[in-house]
Amino acid sequence: MVATGCRDDELVVPTEYDIVPETMAADSDIRGFYLVNEGNMGSNKCTLDYFDYATGLYARNFYAERNPHVIKELGDVGNDIGIYGSKLYVVVNCSHKVEVLDARSGVRIGQIDIPNCRYVRFYRGNAYVSSYVGPVLIDPNAPKGAVYRVDTLSLAVTGKVTVGYQPEEMEIVDDYMYVANSGGYRAPEYDNTVSVVQMYDFKQVQQIPVGINLHRLKKDRYGKLWVTSRGDYQSRPSRLHVLEKLPGYNRMAVTDTLDVACSNMAFFGDSLYYYATEWNNFTASNTVSYGIIDIRTRKVVSTNFISDGTEAEITIPYGIAVHPETGDIFVTDAKNYVSSGTLYCFDRHGRRKWSVRTGDIPAHIAFLPR
Amino acid sequence: MKDSFKYFILATAALALPAVSRAGEESDSAITTLREVVVTGRRVAPPEIIPAQVLSGDELRRLNSNSVADALRYFSGVQVKDYGGVGGIKTVNIRSMGTNHTGVVYDGVELGNAQNGQIDLGQFSLDNMEALSLYNGQKSEILQPAKDFGSAGSIYMRTRKPHFEAGETWHMRATVRAGSFDLLNPSALMELKLGSRVTASLSAEWLTSTGKYKFRYRRVNPAGELAYDTTAVRQNGDINATRIEANVYGTLNTGTWSAKVYNYNSERGVPGAIVNNVWRRGERIWDNNSFAQARYTGYFGKFTSLNNVKYAFYRTHYVNNDDKQVKIDNLYKQREIYLSSANEYQAADWWRISLSYDFMWNTMSADMYGFAKPDRFSHYLSAATALDFKRFKVQASALGTFIHDELRGQESPADKKVFTPAVYLSFNPLRSTSDLTLRAFYKRSFRMPTFNDLYYADMGNSKLSPERVTQYNVGVLYNRTRRGFVSAVRVSADAYYNKVRDKIVAYPKGQQFRWTMLNLGLVAIKGVDVSGLITINPVRDLFVTVRGQYTFQQAIDVTNPADNYYRDQIPYIPRHSGSAVVNAQWRGWGLNYSWIYVGERYNQQENIRYNYTQPWYTSDVSLSKDFSLGKVRLRALAEVNNLLNQDYDVIINYPMPKRNYRFTLNVEI
Repeated sequence: MVATGCRDDELVVPTEYDIVPETMAADSDIRGFYLVNEGNMGSNKCTLDYFDYATGLYARNFYAERNPHVIKELGDVGNDIGIYGSKLYVVVNCSHKVEVLDARSGVRIGQIDIPNCRYVRFYRGNAYVSSYVGPVLIDPNAPKGAVYRVDTLSLAVTGKVTVGYQPEEMEIVDDYMYVANSGGYRAPEYDNTVSVVQMYDFKQVQQIPVGINLHRLKKDRYGKLWVTSRGDYQSRPSRLHVLEKLPGYNRMAVTDTLDVACSNMAFFGDSLYYYATEWNNFTASNTVSYGIIDIRTRKVVSTNFISDGTEAEITIPYGIAVHPETGDIFVTDAKNYVSSGTLYCFDRHGRRKWSVRTGDIPAHIAFLPR
Repeated sequence: MKDSFKYFILATAALALPAVSRAGEESDSAITTLREVVVTGRRVAPPEIIPAQVLSGDELRRLNSNSVADALRYFSGVQVKDYGGVGGIKTVNIRSMGTNHTGVVYDGVELGNAQNGQIDLGQFSLDNMEALSLYNGQKSEILQPAKDFGSAGSIYMRTRKPHFEAGETWHMRATVRAGSFDLLNPSALMELKLGSRVTASLSAEWLTSTGKYKFRYRRVNPAGELAYDTTAVRQNGDINATRIEANVYGTLNTGTWSAKVYNYNSERGVPGAIVNNVWRRGERIWDNNSFAQARYTGYFGKFTSLNNVKYAFYRTHYVNNDDKQVKIDNLYKQREIYLSSANEYQAADWWRISLSYDFMWNTMSADMYGFAKPDRFSHYLSAATALDFKRFKVQASALGTFIHDELRGQESPADKKVFTPAVYLSFNPLRSTSDLTLRAFYKRSFRMPTFNDLYYADMGNSKLSPERVTQYNVGVLYNRTRRGFVSAVRVSADAYYNKVRDKIVAYPKGQQFRWTMLNLGLVAIKGVDVSGLITINPVRDLFVTVRGQYTFQQAIDVTNPADNYYRDQIPYIPRHSGSAVVNAQWRGWGLNYSWIYVGERYNQQENIRYNYTQPWYTSDVSLSKDFSLGKVRLRALAEVNNLLNQDYDVIINYPMPKRNYRFTLNVEI
């Protein structure tokens, strides 16, 4: 850095490159992956990193250099990322927008203004974005949340459905969308339901009680839903719930609640990789656990998917993803939330392959098809 | 996420200005200024072992300052956090030890804030301010309330006190200021002689501003091509505030007494951070801060007694009306009672001893989920001694602090007992003159965890210990006043080493921006403060004063070698900072130029380019003219601030105003 006593022109934040010891298999369909760093609230430091398997280069803070004309860069507090077709969608929570980029070049195509947006999923030419803010008129002090429907060609909002309080993740199974409602703005009266939205007319048809303060909601290869509840951070702990359709019915029902705390998860084959961070008031420290669940038996088959002791270096695991071909496991460390994090890559046996410095609060990963 | 957000709001929004009683008027007025040593009462206050940095009288008025916070930027070793604009929050950090270690004393009474430990100095007007003084460590004076021995650094604000010539029975002053940001600020001061031994003053002020100003963000790419260049208007930074203050002063056969009633009432917008796609926010704060205090100083031969009593009530109402965010409507109330008795005995010509005891009660209530209602009972007991061997002076003090918190419906945390000593030395090495002084001090101090640190919903941690600071300082002062071409010279230099232990930091717990507070940090601070002043009198009636100060600070985080910011400079502390002021006075005309420089900083713990913040430096100019119409004295003042129109942030994403103007008319009878 130039150390001088005088003020210079403010430069567009430059990209930094690290070399990662990784190569691409010749027949791989995965070109690389994007990683969203959330950035602490008010810092406007949501950044996008990109790793390219073909070149082995990890590009840190990639957005600003590709899009130098965007005023105040990517924004404040990234919350999700997704790739659909040729487009990359970054949900930027406190900038109240979904940023749409060309997935190959990272060049900006446009933005969709959605207030307090949280997560994005795709279905039949539409992007669906959950938002903490639904209609303000019903209850001005605690408005219900909504899911917005966005046409992925025109990037226009084409519909909106009101769901429960402060909705988080969602999935679409057999023409129905399932939305995890947290009710986080209403503590201690958290929401405890999964909203069911019928896709053909985009209406909420049911709310299934599951557990308080729901967050993650992911479908596995058998069409089951895995839903996490965050609990109340005090007497009621985090739990992992399973929803599935009973034989002969088209309705999802809670069929199991595992005695496992879960902050986030990812699937590979029949394995569900998860981690959990729970604060212990007594020891004044975080208890972190990593495990594998067999999704057929719903049993914990391993209480640590990291086999080489690297977990001792990880302060706060904050994101998890599994390479869909190789089964490499990615875990991000958000450290103290206000300094650079680390991305760890483990092979499928839990041995560390490499790690790289990221932006602040590395959290969400999307794989880019070739 | 919402937790940290709310905490931020609470921390920044609820800067109510509590209070504690402190210090005697004798000690206050004993501040050694360049021109005079004011001595009131019977006891001649001994000169301070380590003199304060002082701005007073006309010098203070000429400094293009909106508030006390602006003026404090001219002191060495001080960093002011400024969120921008007339209503933006402004806090002061002395020698990188943290805002919570700074004691702020208003007319002998310490202002406190049990909720978040920070005083918003932007709320204090310079309108009736007579002097601002900054002490590193404590005021080196042994007749002071026990609590005054407690801070790591102290700012004393002293308001104007009535002085009547023979035959006068009243004074009046009216001022009106107007300027950029749609600022309108009328104020009035009335001083009355109520009897041969009683005087009174009444001061009132109204401040209104839309807080709108243009700011600009401009970026270029490394090839030098323009990436973007945008100018926008700061929104929701409006303020509407009133201040009313009444004072009564009296003398008795055995001493002096005074009493004060103060009220500050404001409504403010919170402009918030400028981030992508968000250019205005919907947060508002209403503050209503009141206190009443009284003081009695008694002189009984070799025994002097200084007694203070105070009651304070602070009410803060915070509302977030942003449709896109969680609705918040919270009311915070703080109450404080303070009693203090400081007593000094002159055992010999060269030896004085003192004993002080203070009691304080703080309570707070908040109408929000999960916030405990704490009551805090604090006892302070200090013993001090001063030895004066003419050329060699020593002061030593010891303070014991005992704090008990009580929570309704919850288990109370363990009581805190802290012992903090301090030693001050000064030595005049030259036998022939006292112009040159060597000085040194050692001091230990601490800050209590605030109510927010301990009890804030979900993130508070009631097991916190006090955050502790140790300071070592050595310095030299050369001070000379005489007639002639150079009429005054003052140069001082200090080197210091501070260590902050058990620093209270926010620590992440679990997911989703959830935090807790832990005694985790360790910061080592090495610094040098240099300041100088020279007044020259080149031709008759022309006086030119040049004042400058420079601060070097290395303030590094040495908490844990595994952190990627280990040994990095802590956030927002520049290595280099300084200021220069040139003032010329000629037959009622005054021209003032001031320049402030804050070097490069990092806005987060890690010293990497993504956290780099550029230096900023602003030039302010003012021109004033004094004239008389019979018995009426008038002063007109025109100011231009940020003359070179620099676009800068003190705090990242809080843009500061471009060039702006202010005009003042002052009438005094």
